[in-house]
Amino acid sequence: MNENETRTESTHDTPQAPDVDGARRGFIGTAAGLSAAALVAPGVFLHSVAAAPRTEPVTSDVRWGLLIDTAKCAEGCSACVEACDRENGLDLQEPQGSESKWEHQKAVWIRKVKLQDNQTGRITQLPLMCQHCEDPPCVDVCPTGASFKRADGIVMVDRHLCIGCRYCMMACPYKARSFVHQETHGQLTAVPRGKGCVESCNLCVHRRDYGEASTACVDACVQEGHEAIVFGDLKDPNSVISQRLRELPSRQIREDLVLNTGVRYAGV
Amino acid sequence: MKRVVYREWRIPPERYWSLLGFLAALIGIAALSFGYMEHQGHWVSGMNNSVVWGMPHVFAVFLIIAASGALNIASIGTVFKKPIYKPLGRLSGLLAVAMLMGGLLVLVMDLGRPERLIVAMTNYNFSSIFAWNIFLYTGFMAIVIAYLWSMADRKGGPFNYPIGMLALVWRLALTTGTGSIFGFLVARQAYDAAILGPMFVALSFAYGLAVFMLVLIFGFEEEGRPIGPRMMRRLRNLLALFISVALYFILIYHLTNLYIAKNDSLEHWLLLSGGIYTALFWGGWILAGSLVPMWILYHPVLSQKRDWIVAACALVIVGGFAAMYVIIIGSQAFPMAMFPGYTILESGFTDGVNGAAAPYWPTIPEILLGLGGVAVALLITVVGVRVLQFLPESLADDVVALDEETLDAAPFAKPA
Repeated sequence: MNENETRTESTHDTPQAPDVDGARRGFIGTAAGLSAAALVAPGVFLHSVAAAPRTEPVTSDVRWGLLIDTAKCAEGCSACVEACDRENGLDLQEPQGSESKWEHQKAVWIRKVKLQDNQTGRITQLPLMCQHCEDPPCVDVCPTGASFKRADGIVMVDRHLCIGCRYCMMACPYKARSFVHQETHGQLTAVPRGKGCVESCNLCVHRRDYGEASTACVDACVQEGHEAIVFGDLKDPNSVISQRLRELPSRQIREDLVLNTGVRYAGV
Repeated sequence: MKRVVYREWRIPPERYWSLLGFLAALIGIAALSFGYMEHQGHWVSGMNNSVVWGMPHVFAVFLIIAASGALNIASIGTVFKKPIYKPLGRLSGLLAVAMLMGGLLVLVMDLGRPERLIVAMTNYNFSSIFAWNIFLYTGFMAIVIAYLWSMADRKGGPFNYPIGMLALVWRLALTTGTGSIFGFLVARQAYDAAILGPMFVALSFAYGLAVFMLVLIFGFEEEGRPIGPRMMRRLRNLLALFISVALYFILIYHLTNLYIAKNDSLEHWLLLSGGIYTALFWGGWILAGSLVPMWILYHPVLSQKRDWIVAACALVIVGGFAAMYVIIIGSQAFPMAMFPGYTILESGFTDGVNGAAAPYWPTIPEILLGLGGVAVALLITVVGVRVLQFLPESLADDVVALDEETLDAAPFAKPA
């Protein structure tokens, strides 16, 4: 998905065109249009096949998940965080109040965490986001059912039902959820955001609905050459993520809660 | 022993209207605070993504549990058949409804999307204790209103006991439900404890009675109605007993946590190094809110003086707010144990770096919103006692019943 389509803004200001030579503009326009068509047509056709939105309900035949190989997660790299911010319009949030307070009030879907083992001193880096539990505590506690799990395992918030009570944030063992503390402007059409609602990582659900292969954080990590995050179908034994999970020793964060998370970590 | 007569609260109109005006002003200011937070968004509050429930919840939960506790007085009269408490039943029911209303209003006004309240009324997820509480709270109001009717109306007499029984069971369920909002959160160490349900019941006994006694003493003194030493002794001994029951639950809660090795860090933080939370726990909750009032209430001289009893009640309430602050905010401020055995050195979302607690400082609009809830509760009470016959004319020793009802004695307090 290219940058423009992902970040379609819901509001546009169309400036008034000044008086111009109509014929000249027409000629240039046709010429540009023809060359552009010749150049990008194959891509457009390919894209339109991929971009056909999902028409069937999601099924439980798949379960989306992530595998994070912490050995490959590089210190000082925050490409996944920046990509997520761009993809989901989190970078469009306008800071409010003092900087130190805003740090605690802005919405964050994915963050980098640096850990040190108390016994051995070993340092580990990892990205942390919604763990897409099979038995999510946030879904359990939501009074209206706004917090829900899709058949394909994605845990997300229905922002039409969310009343902003924040009980899900109290219940989440991963502190994965954010409350939108401020007025929102210039949102992305794919990721609507509302003041007073709760939100969290939804495994780029808009990409899932267009049949795309991965998530923004995964793409960014690959682009950086780290390939620390793998996205895929946990139920398909032949998917890359399933194969890697068979090879690598991995674990769930807060395994003691037996939530069967969709996000797994290796090397921590 | 005389027949108990109930009468409207007839303080001078100027006094009454100035009281109403003061409460209405508090409610007005709270409404403005609500409008401000709603319009701007919650960034103007001290709440954040780590401490998601703040000062409004401290007020709301205090009012809700005090509401259920205030109903105890009526239950003791009706269900446990202690006739001396019977004349107090009506005020007890009124206060219960009023405080629940005030608490719920604060809770609702703090929602991120308060205009979607209708969504909460039409979409239910019954695995959520919150959804259950919506029914527990509305049911409580309906039952207590029926209870009041059975106390006040001659026709209601036969239903008084069954309704009282239902109200007692319901209020126990309600307070357990309120405690369970926290008690079943596995995510946070301080909450992951089923004892919070019964502990909230114990706390509610003390807070509800303290509020009840303050309102009763204030209402009677304003109008010059007498409260005899026998009634005062009863109430003050009951309050001291309730405080000690609450202390017992607090002790067990912390002993359990201290025994569980993984909760050592939480207890160490809360009891020793938690800054404001440690200070509020020891200074506010335990010392000022529990030990000092117990000392006053059991003191041979001080316990005879009305002003000291009033002070003890006020201290219990102050301690109650400190307790709520520690339970609700302190438990969120303590970092979540996502990586046991590891120290978080850096985090892009302030996950308790180097074990640091999450920041929270209440802002003025939050506090004003909470005070508005208290004002709503008091306004309902003040209007209620003024227009209806909630308060007995006298609680002097020659009017109130003997302390114990004997088996062959006729029921004492007939509806007036």
